[in-house]
Amino acid sequence: MNEIFGGYLPMILKGMMVTIEVALLSLLLSLFLGIVTASARLYGGTFARTLAATYTTIIRGVPDLVLMTLIFFGGQILVNHLGDKFGWGYIDVDPMIAGIITIGFIFGAYMGETFRGAIMAVNKGQIEAGHAYGMTPLQVFIHITFPAMIRHAIPGFFNNWLVLVKTTALVSVIGLQDMVFNAKVAGDTLRQPFTFYVLVGFLFLLITAVSDLAMRWLERKYNVGR
Amino acid sequence: MDFSIIIDNLPLLFKGLGLTLQLLIISLVIGFFLSIPLAIMAASKKPWMSLPVKIYIYIFRGTPLLIQVFIIYYGFSQFEWLRESPLWVIFKQAYWCAIIAFTLNTAAYTAEIFRGAILQTPKGEIEAAQACGMSRFDQYRHIILPSALRRSIPMYGNEVIFMLHATVLAGVITLVDLFGAAKIINSRYYAPFESFISAGLFYLVITFTIVFIFKLAEKHFLKHLEQ
Repeated sequence: MNEIFGGYLPMILKGMMVTIEVALLSLLLSLFLGIVTASARLYGGTFARTLAATYTTIIRGVPDLVLMTLIFFGGQILVNHLGDKFGWGYIDVDPMIAGIITIGFIFGAYMGETFRGAIMAVNKGQIEAGHAYGMTPLQVFIHITFPAMIRHAIPGFFNNWLVLVKTTALVSVIGLQDMVFNAKVAGDTLRQPFTFYVLVGFLFLLITAVSDLAMRWLERKYNVGR
Repeated sequence: MDFSIIIDNLPLLFKGLGLTLQLLIISLVIGFFLSIPLAIMAASKKPWMSLPVKIYIYIFRGTPLLIQVFIIYYGFSQFEWLRESPLWVIFKQAYWCAIIAFTLNTAAYTAEIFRGAILQTPKGEIEAAQACGMSRFDQYRHIILPSALRRSIPMYGNEVIFMLHATVLAGVITLVDLFGAAKIINSRYYAPFESFISAGLFYLVITFTIVFIFKLAEKHFLKHLEQ
């Protein structure tokens, strides 16, 4: 195998690990933001609801790469300002952190919509039963609404994850050495850009296929008793 | 923040806006017309007809558009026969590569939307068409497609917004679209907030316009489905 890709296969696979790392960490952030956004839109006061709706609208209206470059270059200026003020000196904004924050922020909005739909799909009677037993609203959410909503959220969650994985390719544009970035380096060095971009395309399809298996397993697990 | 930079550079941003809209409209129009025969093939019961299209859709929906753009713009230069063929006039230009990549991408997504809608056509409508003695071609032309395309309008609206956002990749391969213009302003003045927030606002306004147009279209074309 090493022969075929001129010894660059380990570098591509190392990049793939970076891609997966960025994807998983942004997923974590997006899940957190998604829960917060969905809760704000469903249970929050006027202010929280408006804030969450504005967040969702902005994310839907502005391209991901524009947000990413804004956070990457703008974040650097902010850090420089703070560094001057507090005397930290110069700190480089890590493209990995900028990428994870942007992607997490973007998909937080989509996860929020998914969770909102899923929570609204939970059987009202079950929630009322929880209240009737004297559970606090928080207890009802943790023990009844949340577990029941996961089942409804899986298809949307999986869809978001697939788009998220593809979006990670953009971190190569702000200089993070993910598999797309490494494919460019290897392809340019060996003058075989086609070979390496196609290879990376296949690796993305591989991640998708593995995710697909994982989703089937999750669906089976959460559809027990149906 | 100093937004006078943006005022001074408005002509550049509007030129970028022009290219963004141009790329968007050209790839959407060609992609739309490609997607209809593709969707009909993908909805076919014959595997030799549907399988190749399904593979095409799977590959283009399963890989990042950035990779597709890179394969066409940077990747194809690997082949000497292509560089020496007359086609090279097209493939050496970022503009055409962007249009080809965007078109193939939106054709795949749109074909998948239309395929779903075609398969959901009520059986009764098709049986009625058969009972009237319509040929397969007439069924598609008069019954299946008009109904399936109408039902696809909401999903297709999302695809149009997705494509608008996807056109930023033109700015990655050296073109000066809206995002490319913002990048130039940022590098000239080191003003990321001013440049990218302004570009973001432009995109936001176009998105709202597209949403509005599709709301009107839904009202007009989906009147018969209103409750």
